[in-house]
Amino acid sequence: MYNFDFEKPGSVADAVAALGAEDAQALGGGQTLIPTLKQRLAQPSKLVSLKGIAEMQGVCTGDDGAICIGGATNHATVAAEAGAYPALAATAAHIGDPAVRNRGTIGGSLANNDPSACYPAAALGSGATIVTNTREIAADDYFQGMFTTALDEGEIITEVRFPVPEKANYQKFVQPASRFALVGVFVAKYADGVRVAITGASNDGVFRWAEAEATLSSNFSPDAIDGLSLSGDDMISDLHGTGDYRAHLCGVMTKRAVAAAA
Amino acid sequence: MAQVSMTVNGKAASGEVEGRTLLSSFLRDQLMLTGTHVGCDTSQCGACVVHVDGEAVKSCTMLAIEADGAEVATIEGQANADGSLNVIQQAFQDHHGLQCGFCTPGMVMSAAALLKENPKPSEQEVREYLEGNICRCTGYHNIVKAIMAASGQDVTAIAAE
Repeated sequence: MYNFDFEKPGSVADAVAALGAEDAQALGGGQTLIPTLKQRLAQPSKLVSLKGIAEMQGVCTGDDGAICIGGATNHATVAAEAGAYPALAATAAHIGDPAVRNRGTIGGSLANNDPSACYPAAALGSGATIVTNTREIAADDYFQGMFTTALDEGEIITEVRFPVPEKANYQKFVQPASRFALVGVFVAKYADGVRVAITGASNDGVFRWAEAEATLSSNFSPDAIDGLSLSGDDMISDLHGTGDYRAHLCGVMTKRAVAAAA
Repeated sequence: MAQVSMTVNGKAASGEVEGRTLLSSFLRDQLMLTGTHVGCDTSQCGACVVHVDGEAVKSCTMLAIEADGAEVATIEGQANADGSLNVIQQAFQDHHGLQCGFCTPGMVMSAAALLKENPKPSEQEVREYLEGNICRCTGYHNIVKAIMAASGQDVTAIAAE
């Protein structure tokens, strides 16, 4: 690891100021960033830990019933405290492993936008709002491709708001070494329609499966997926599975998610 | 360099660290607590699991400076006050929950974290909790058995295959 300065501010304002330094980088739980630094794939001048900011911690329910999660809240806390949105709590409970869940944060995961991470599927599948120090970003506008988001330089995810659906479920086909999703499908049924978000599959990162959403919105049953398919041409192909295999899994995991939705 | 202070196994510990100094490095190289093992150094194997403020974390994937002010527990602090093995350690010995022993410190620390939050886990819950702890010798059966036994449950029917 190249060396860096370290700062742990106690407020969002101080963190924003600290991130103003050239090549400064925010540090959430570090469960991706620290391994990245070890491989010398990044060389920040300064890491600004967001873990000391009390206002970015915890889970609460907003006035509109949405589940609001502080950007620096770890996965274990979401698993334990987001019971009002069971599918979200269950998603958090199966990210990585217990030790990773005690450090990794929702803001860190969404800011990184790994194409195989679980939280992007939950956020896009729920139509969540990503709240930053400067604005609110709809999930549909936020995810812009593999490791790419709408965040500006130095912008911090302070909170994520999830509207609670009637039913939802997340099904992850686990890549057993990394515990990332080989393919993960988040299905959520809201009063105004169904959302289906898929992670782990596309070369463009998390995406919504519009065809499945339209079908499921009129007939919310696993059989409704029969006959629908996605092309494997633009899907991730690696030693764990071909693009065609991932495309196949998209259908299978969507059916399972619909069947299990509660 | 920055000064960090923490409580490690109940005793005050401090030292000078760089920003990049990992908690595992601080424990092993500066405090000479080499019971915490570094296996993969890529956050996967779990041999380096310690407790920070009561929660299991991979010490190779946390900066030492982030543990400033924290209560840290390592394998060296697990034995009973008289030096005898604690319940989990004794169960690992009784049920042969190790072969080479390299992963054992992390296994014991993960087991302690599990039993603190779930005192009577099912076999399946034990196996799921150990997803981040890799053992290349045992095939896990006797580790699971040891943890079940440490929780006070009957293990005669477990891991017989």
